[in-house]
Amino acid sequence: MTQTPAGPHDYAEAPAGGLAVGEAPLGEPGEEVVAAGGKAIVGRSPGQLAWIRLKRDRVALVSGIVLVVMFILAIAAPLISKLYGANATDQHSDLLDTSGYPLGYLGGISGSHWLGLEPQLGRDVLMQLIYGMRTSLVIAFVSAIITVAIGIIIGIIAGYAGGVVDSILNWVIDLVLAFPFFIFCLAAIPVVTDAVYGSRGDVSALFRVGLIIGVFACFSWTYPARLVRGQVLSLREREFVEAARAAGAGMGHILFRQLLPNIWAPILVVFSLNVPSFITGEAALSFLNIGVVEPTPDLGRMINNGTSFLQTDPFYTMVSGATILILVLAFNLFGDSVRDALDPKSSR
Amino acid sequence: MARYLIRRILLAVVTMFAVSVLTFLLFFAVPTSPAYVMCGKQCDAHAIAQTEQRLGLDKPIVTQYGEFMKGIAVGRTYGTGDLAVKCDAPCLGFSFRTNEPVTDIIKRTLPVTVSVVVGALVIQLVIGVGLGMISALRRGTAFDKAAVGVSLVGASMQIYFFGPILLLIFVYSLHWLPNPAYTSPFDDPFKWFTQMILPWVTLGFLNSAIYARLSRAQMLETLSEDFVRTARAKGLPKRKVYARHALRAAITPIVTIAGLDLGGALGGAVITETVFGVNGLGRTSVNAVNDLNLPVVMGTVLLAAFFIICMNIIVDVLYSVIDPRVRLS
Repeated sequence: MTQTPAGPHDYAEAPAGGLAVGEAPLGEPGEEVVAAGGKAIVGRSPGQLAWIRLKRDRVALVSGIVLVVMFILAIAAPLISKLYGANATDQHSDLLDTSGYPLGYLGGISGSHWLGLEPQLGRDVLMQLIYGMRTSLVIAFVSAIITVAIGIIIGIIAGYAGGVVDSILNWVIDLVLAFPFFIFCLAAIPVVTDAVYGSRGDVSALFRVGLIIGVFACFSWTYPARLVRGQVLSLREREFVEAARAAGAGMGHILFRQLLPNIWAPILVVFSLNVPSFITGEAALSFLNIGVVEPTPDLGRMINNGTSFLQTDPFYTMVSGATILILVLAFNLFGDSVRDALDPKSSR
Repeated sequence: MARYLIRRILLAVVTMFAVSVLTFLLFFAVPTSPAYVMCGKQCDAHAIAQTEQRLGLDKPIVTQYGEFMKGIAVGRTYGTGDLAVKCDAPCLGFSFRTNEPVTDIIKRTLPVTVSVVVGALVIQLVIGVGLGMISALRRGTAFDKAAVGVSLVGASMQIYFFGPILLLIFVYSLHWLPNPAYTSPFDDPFKWFTQMILPWVTLGFLNSAIYARLSRAQMLETLSEDFVRTARAKGLPKRKVYARHALRAAITPIVTIAGLDLGGALGGAVITETVFGVNGLGRTSVNAVNDLNLPVVMGTVLLAAFFIICMNIIVDVLYSVIDPRVRLS
């Protein structure tokens, strides 16, 4: 198992007495070879090896199941809403007492409202959570995909072109890193909203979501770009690239067919760690009232609303906080497992 | 060394310039006139034009930028004649809401934020690095497993969830601590401490989870290196090897990260201060953002960028001091 997926497909690297011989390019199923001793040796690609390692990992299994459940909940939110008999925006004010707190214990838990009601507005907490998860996951995934895509393109260009292009892109990366990301997000979102909408009032939810994704993408591509650039720098002088060049391959072929398949592993790891950081970033923005606007349900805003009732109805804050914690923890654990599976030599 | 420093500082100046131009464009090129924001809905066109003139918003954007930078360097005067208001260097303008000079607002709120950040940094370095180092040395023991577990959960925990939990327990339920606020440590050190301990613990504990993971990984890597084995082989006692050789090698990257974190600490302080209702620079800037109080926001962004850029240089220089193998070039 000396073959690491991050390296190029070097035939020479296969261990002499090893069981697994990585001999096929990524993704292709290996063929069975019968060794001298009679025991069958199965050739496996680095991708298959990583998958086998991931399947053996119990933490990956548990966190994976949690994630799948949360995904299903988020995707099937409208269906669940129908079956459950409440949606995220209906206000059940008849179930609140005169000062706006839910009747009953633990934030008004009952058979028809499993996690109780929101103080003051009387919206169903469970449905708010499920729809809030939907908001988080959409923003986090779209941001992560865009971030990584920009990072790959810029990183490959900088690493492969070198020279002046590399220097300029590097300086741009340094510049972006010098921006106080969070403070700038904070400042840019209301200002841009104001610039587009002025005093016209109602900001569309889609615009705000798009803006948050845009700001995240603008400031987070630097890390994947640096990573890809470093990988490309170390790979571009290798024999297989030289061979491709000697065979007359064009630049596009070398960049995307020769180099890119070799750097998928670290990119995947960055992606899997980007998603939870965007989930928390988005929740933090909403916590500060700068994220997604009402009536789009959002986990961060739920916590923010909850802090004003912390003394009287702590359950509301705890439920929404715990949901973010579970979501982020599951992503982080799964990301760690993916990294371990792709690169078994790395230690935590 | 001197040449390297000069080059880095020049580059930092260029970067700072770029940051200021971009921030300025973002805030002052927006279609909604800051004058409109400033005087609100009751202002008529005439009043807005007057305000614009006083703030110099009727001039071309390049001139406005020039005057803004001049204000920072040597101070400037807003308006003309009787209405002239002098603003001393470093002038970042006046708050749209209270007319207080932005520089004064920063001077008033920065100590609060520094208080929060430095206290948290001490906690995260002591607990985080300590936990990481010990669990690396006792790899595989129950202590190690517990530390890894705690740091895993801690690294996924959020200030805006952990803060309310602590508030609920220690302030609202047990009444052990007063509601967090800021009192100058020079006036009443005890009050300062009891009011600040929750923000410190919240920010520091969550960050220490990240530091624990990092320093554990770093220490494990160092312990497997040849020089550690050599030191042991030549007969040095374990304690000396760990304290003198391994610790020094393992701590270098952590110093770097701590420095960079300190530069970007304002981001974390924003949420901490909002959770606990402490009126520091972070909370002030959030309020300013929600009010579209542009001069205050602009001042905060520039100051935060300045911190980040400075810390980058300091960390690079410090790195070469701690680790003689690093040559600055």
